[in-house]
Amino acid sequence: MKTIAHIIRKEFIQLLQDKKMLRLSIFAPVVQLIILGYAASFDVSNIPMIVCDFDRSPASRELIRSFSCTEYFTVVKYCESTSEINSQLDDGKASVALVIPNDFEKDLGIGKATPLQFIADGTETSSASIGLNYAFIIVSRYSQKIVLESLIKRGSTLMPARISTEFRVWYNPELKSRNFMVPGVLGLLLMVMTMVLTSLAIVKEKELGTLEQIIVTPIRPTQLIIGKLAPFFLIGIIDVLLVVFFASLIFNLPLKGSEVLLLSLCLIFLMTTLGLGLFISTISRTQQQAMMTAIFFFMLPMIFFSGFVFPIENMPKIIQYISYFLPLRYFFVVVRGIFLKGIGIEILWTQALAMFVFGITILSLSILRFHKRLG
Amino acid sequence: MKSLNVFPIVRKEFRQIKRDKRILGVLLFIPALMLFMFGYALNFDVKHTRLAVYDEEKSRTSREFTQLFFISEYFDYIYTLQSKSEINNLLDGEHVRAVLIIPSTFSKDLQKGNSTSIQVIVDGANSSTAATVLGYINSIIQQYSLKVMSQSFMRLGRQQLTLPIDFQPRIWYNPELKSAKFLVPGLIAFILMITTVISTTLSVVRERELGTMEQIMVSPIKPIELILGKTIPYIIISLFATVMILVLGYILFDISIKGSVLLLSLVTLFFLVGGLGMGLFISTLVETQQLAFMVAIIVSMLPTFVLSGFVFPIRNMPLIIQGVTYILPARYFLVTLRSIILKGVGLSAFWDQAIVLFVYAVIMISISSIRMRKILK
Repeated sequence: MKTIAHIIRKEFIQLLQDKKMLRLSIFAPVVQLIILGYAASFDVSNIPMIVCDFDRSPASRELIRSFSCTEYFTVVKYCESTSEINSQLDDGKASVALVIPNDFEKDLGIGKATPLQFIADGTETSSASIGLNYAFIIVSRYSQKIVLESLIKRGSTLMPARISTEFRVWYNPELKSRNFMVPGVLGLLLMVMTMVLTSLAIVKEKELGTLEQIIVTPIRPTQLIIGKLAPFFLIGIIDVLLVVFFASLIFNLPLKGSEVLLLSLCLIFLMTTLGLGLFISTISRTQQQAMMTAIFFFMLPMIFFSGFVFPIENMPKIIQYISYFLPLRYFFVVVRGIFLKGIGIEILWTQALAMFVFGITILSLSILRFHKRLG
Repeated sequence: MKSLNVFPIVRKEFRQIKRDKRILGVLLFIPALMLFMFGYALNFDVKHTRLAVYDEEKSRTSREFTQLFFISEYFDYIYTLQSKSEINNLLDGEHVRAVLIIPSTFSKDLQKGNSTSIQVIVDGANSSTAATVLGYINSIIQQYSLKVMSQSFMRLGRQQLTLPIDFQPRIWYNPELKSAKFLVPGLIAFILMITTVISTTLSVVRERELGTMEQIMVSPIKPIELILGKTIPYIIISLFATVMILVLGYILFDISIKGSVLLLSLVTLFFLVGGLGMGLFISTLVETQQLAFMVAIIVSMLPTFVLSGFVFPIRNMPLIIQGVTYILPARYFLVTLRSIILKGVGLSAFWDQAIVLFVYAVIMISISSIRMRKILK
């Protein structure tokens, strides 16, 4: 026990000596949280729209207004010819275009179906599909209004039935991407800071040959590992506190669920990232190898396949199965559940169990491998 | 005048790269593998959303109405709720994304010509999925509403109702709205940025940490020779990786180059040199490999992922952050890639981006040489 305390002390002294590294471990999470929180947004608003109004009638102007008065579309330009639509969309200055035909108002008056063209730039698929949906809804409402107005004009007292919809959005009523992304950043940061740095720290000793010096001392490999992991465990905990603090300070993101639960599940998650870091160190000879292995075989798949940005349920089945082996997948459900939904262990226990099993497995596997290599 | 003596260093670097089979393999083939995996797996399509229905009426009309949701490909799983109290658990545990509540007076209201209200509850945690789901639900209800309207119109004894507006949506450039077409150019930029920065970011600091830098110091090598010697092998490797990526993109995702191949190669070369130069610059700046890794991740991976327009539209970002995006080479490269690959437009649409990338590459190589001179002294 005493030996472990000594080793941990030595590791901490080493960590504190590297001032640049220390500063970066505190500074980096905050900067990343701010950038991700502000920039990682799918919110579709102010889609730049170009309008080709060939009718120039009160009716056409009203239709345009029903587009521009929503927060979804902003008219950036009125144009005279359809060829201008081409160049505006090509240059990316506008993303959608509305073409109102010549006889728009006349046709509406006599009840003839009037064609209305709406063009969307499909390169940004998610904005395009959401934009199309909104456009469809705006036009349907306008259509219904025209019908009702013409009924009233003809003196009808009987009105046709209508369906209204009452939408309620739970957990994130304003549908802010930020509320979804910021808790996710916590998982991302913990992975980057603990997994790769752990593996580099251990491989560094291998590369410089200092690991051999330790081996000839009576220190046991398990003690050595605990000593190596301890500083990164602490950095992980500090990062958790920093993210939770700044998430509420800067982004007003309250923690709906229990702090204790969040912290304890973070600790379980840290077990998996530290275990993975140790594992990477046992399969790498140089820091360069460790870094590349960590980034390409662990970090990138975890970032993309764990549901940080891209929903897992839309992925091909085989990738969905792979994602069950990524601890980050479970952690995202945990942080988002606790932050946004305020749910407790009675729902999250499956995720916690999965992370725990993964953590124990990878840690024991790596310790075994570590022993074998030293022996 | 003595010409630059780069060749021996290039040869030495090549020999060193060749010795580490894993790293060479990673640099050559992993980019293509990543494109393959990510290109297939990642999409924004919202389909097969799980929906629960709480039908307070249970009439023929209400069943007909809910049926509309399940004949579309967007919703496919149905939970029929027996009581409202189940809603909490279903949404909390993510068993369903949305709940539809049909009032007990639904068909009666519609028959009488009254307005009726349908309640929709959506799990908003993932805002973009939620917005899309809301849109789908809304448009299905709108369609049904129009149908009901025209039916009650006929019942009122009028001629058939023609809808006043014939809405004709068209989608340009990517008519089937395939996410792959949007994401693959972004993935190419992202993968190349990471590969280039990472391949050089440890190169100088590694020699310093292992002490081999001193040997170089006593030799008559000039800083610029050293920088170029360390860059050129990786340019060749990453060009190879780029070609593989483009071929794979063509074979798998039908992403053909609509514009000029020559232009694309030129701009890609600028981008690659810029990325490698950035890696070198980081490497000359720090003392340990750990630190180099951290800085590389912070300046290349995360910004390219978040700020380049790869996934998140730059237009939606706050102005300050939009300003930050201008210092990212990937931003310019992405615009160029999308213009050439998706829109097939010529140099006139992106010459400014190409110039920025060129200047960026020159700056990166120069400042690494300057830093290198300091180290060698």
